[in-house]
Amino acid sequence: MEIYQFFIDLFSDYTTRIIGAGTALLGIVSGILGVFATLKKQSLLGDAVAHSALPGIAIAFLITGTKDPLLFFIGAALSGWLATAWILSITKNTRIKNDTALGLVLSVFFGFGLVLLTFIQKLPNANQSGLETFLFGQAATLLFKDVVTMGAVGLMALVLVLIFWKEFKLLTFDRQFAETLGFNTRLLDVLLTTLIVLAIVLGLQTVGVVLMSAMLIAPAVAARQWTDKLGKMVLLAASFGAFSGLAGTAVSSSGSNISTGPTIILFSVLTVAVSFLFAPKRGVVARYFITRSNRRKLKLNKALSEMYDIYRNHENIHHRHATAILKALPGFGSHTLTVLQEKGLVDVDDQKQWCLTEKGINTAKHIQRSGGERS
Amino acid sequence: MTGVQIEIQVIAALVAVSCAIPGVFLVLRKMAMISDAISHAILPGIVIGFLLTGSLNSPFLIILAAITGVVTVALVELLNKTKLVKEDAAIGLVFPMMFSIGVILISKNAGNIHIDTDTVLLGELAFAPFNRLQIAGVDLGPQGAWVMGIIFLLNLVFVVVFFKELKLSTFDAGLAASLGFFPGMVHYALMGIVSITTVGAFDSVGAILVVALMIGPAATAYLITDNLKLMLIYAAAIGIVSAVAGYWTANLLDVSIAGSMATMVGVLFLAVYLFAPAKGLWSIHRRRERQKSEFAQMTLVMHINNHSGMHDDIEERKINHLKRHFLWDDAFIAKVVTRALSAGLLTEKEGVLSLTGKGKRFIEASDALFTSKYHPGFEALRKEFVIFTDG
Repeated sequence: MEIYQFFIDLFSDYTTRIIGAGTALLGIVSGILGVFATLKKQSLLGDAVAHSALPGIAIAFLITGTKDPLLFFIGAALSGWLATAWILSITKNTRIKNDTALGLVLSVFFGFGLVLLTFIQKLPNANQSGLETFLFGQAATLLFKDVVTMGAVGLMALVLVLIFWKEFKLLTFDRQFAETLGFNTRLLDVLLTTLIVLAIVLGLQTVGVVLMSAMLIAPAVAARQWTDKLGKMVLLAASFGAFSGLAGTAVSSSGSNISTGPTIILFSVLTVAVSFLFAPKRGVVARYFITRSNRRKLKLNKALSEMYDIYRNHENIHHRHATAILKALPGFGSHTLTVLQEKGLVDVDDQKQWCLTEKGINTAKHIQRSGGERS
Repeated sequence: MTGVQIEIQVIAALVAVSCAIPGVFLVLRKMAMISDAISHAILPGIVIGFLLTGSLNSPFLIILAAITGVVTVALVELLNKTKLVKEDAAIGLVFPMMFSIGVILISKNAGNIHIDTDTVLLGELAFAPFNRLQIAGVDLGPQGAWVMGIIFLLNLVFVVVFFKELKLSTFDAGLAASLGFFPGMVHYALMGIVSITTVGAFDSVGAILVVALMIGPAATAYLITDNLKLMLIYAAAIGIVSAVAGYWTANLLDVSIAGSMATMVGVLFLAVYLFAPAKGLWSIHRRRERQKSEFAQMTLVMHINNHSGMHDDIEERKINHLKRHFLWDDAFIAKVVTRALSAGLLTEKEGVLSLTGKGKRFIEASDALFTSKYHPGFEALRKEFVIFTDG
């Protein structure tokens, strides 16, 4: 009944309405850009950028002395972007691999951010309370103007993704081809990375530094299981993101003393788990059935081929054999002959003597010609 | 220096060395982000351990949390095996999930648990010396130092005893498997070590600093040396320097010790990244510049050679003509010509360049160097003409 309660709250309680709108919006934006991040194999960039945003937020506060969300946002985006540039430069110029560069820059930036935060706390005029919410995220502190900022930035990101849809698609799937077509891939890379950074920074206040990476990855990974089309994947990821945001807000605001951020993350991990299990074609359950049916088909082909080998050694290809002899052949189970008969590949007479039908002979020839185990 | 300050630095140095040892292998195995994942994912293990034992330093809690870390790695690998996600995405999914469970467990048990997420993420080294280990009323020093000391010994023994196995499975897992070593077992042993170290260190320095101290010094050492043993030693030394320098900076500015240490790790890395001999940005830049001018000199001398002797062509050998021929800018032409003249490869008369005897031998040497991988006079040629230099 919690969902039902939530919808009542949604229209009656102002705070819940704001939080719900904010988290859903965040889910949509990070879902969309997460698709590009995961497809470009930059999933963990989200984690690095989220941690690296901290010094930017602290410096924005040190310079201006105000807690304007837009200023924080700009500071966070700049320092997240700087971290990304450093990571890319390390991997490009040295033999250090991407994962090491990520971990190094992430922890160093975050450490420096901590230094700045503790420095700010010692300042005499500091009305710094609230800066820490960026660390762990506090959806409950979302204000109307935060949601407006999120909406504006999110809308801008959306419009840019739509405008550069074709370019981003090309860049994500075939960078070299994009280059040969004359697209400025470096500029596009910078633009796409900037958008991803913006999406991450947008979520810091709501879910916090640690959990932001899942916010980015989970909807995209879940969506990936259901489709091979980029457009559908983006739409699905946005819906999964929005669902996780709303469901997380609903459960945590139902008064059970659970923080919103982690609840949202658990819901998005849930969508991933459900997708992994039940998605058609790629899902674990679907693959189990596909494998099983393939295995059966192979076994049947094998049995038919073995049977054909025996009959071929007789002068009359329609020579009949007893059930017991055939059952001793490799690949024959208790139902094999019945299944073959149902398919019209073998024929049985009154004395339970079996022979191959014309169709069975042709199929067996075909199986053996095409390498036995295929077809 | 007061006793407390010394104790803090001892703990910090122990943490730094304990982290550097497994960190080197994580960096070499391209698994650095696993340390980030483990450092966050142990939270539910810590919370459950705390609820059961009521202490943050009980060995039971450390083991339980370390198991949580290994479970995290196993989960990541399970996800990879389904081939439904790429490895980095699997990491990025699993540890936020574990962390979320931890945070929710804390908020659900807020009444009887006094750890908050700050403590786990950020740590507070300044308080570490006040948590004393007392046996039968005798003060044996800070508990953190004992915990980290034991973990340090464990890591040291691990790396010394299994050095061969670690080295082989890190650089050639296939060979290790075919020789009958178990790279999978080495892998999980290493993950266990990473988990135990992380759990032991989080209380004093926090999860983020654990990541900084595991990856940063190892990455820095990786830029200095190609030798695994030296890399371990350098990483440990860099870790200790960052820890001590970070502590004093924090003391001076009155800021977070853990953050300051992580910043120092970054500063040291940046210095090496820019100025390391051979692998730093500065020497890479210098090397490229030098190779560029060496190559330009060779091109110029060959050009002059092509237009001397049988196909003599004064016009092509004029300095004024070079710009049109090579499309180099004036400054670069002047530089290359001066270089070739002072090397005695060319002579100049009224704006026309000619090949010297040494220049002729240079052409022959270049041909020899180009056409064969090894030439008897290879080293001598290199030295004489200062070209194809290493480093």
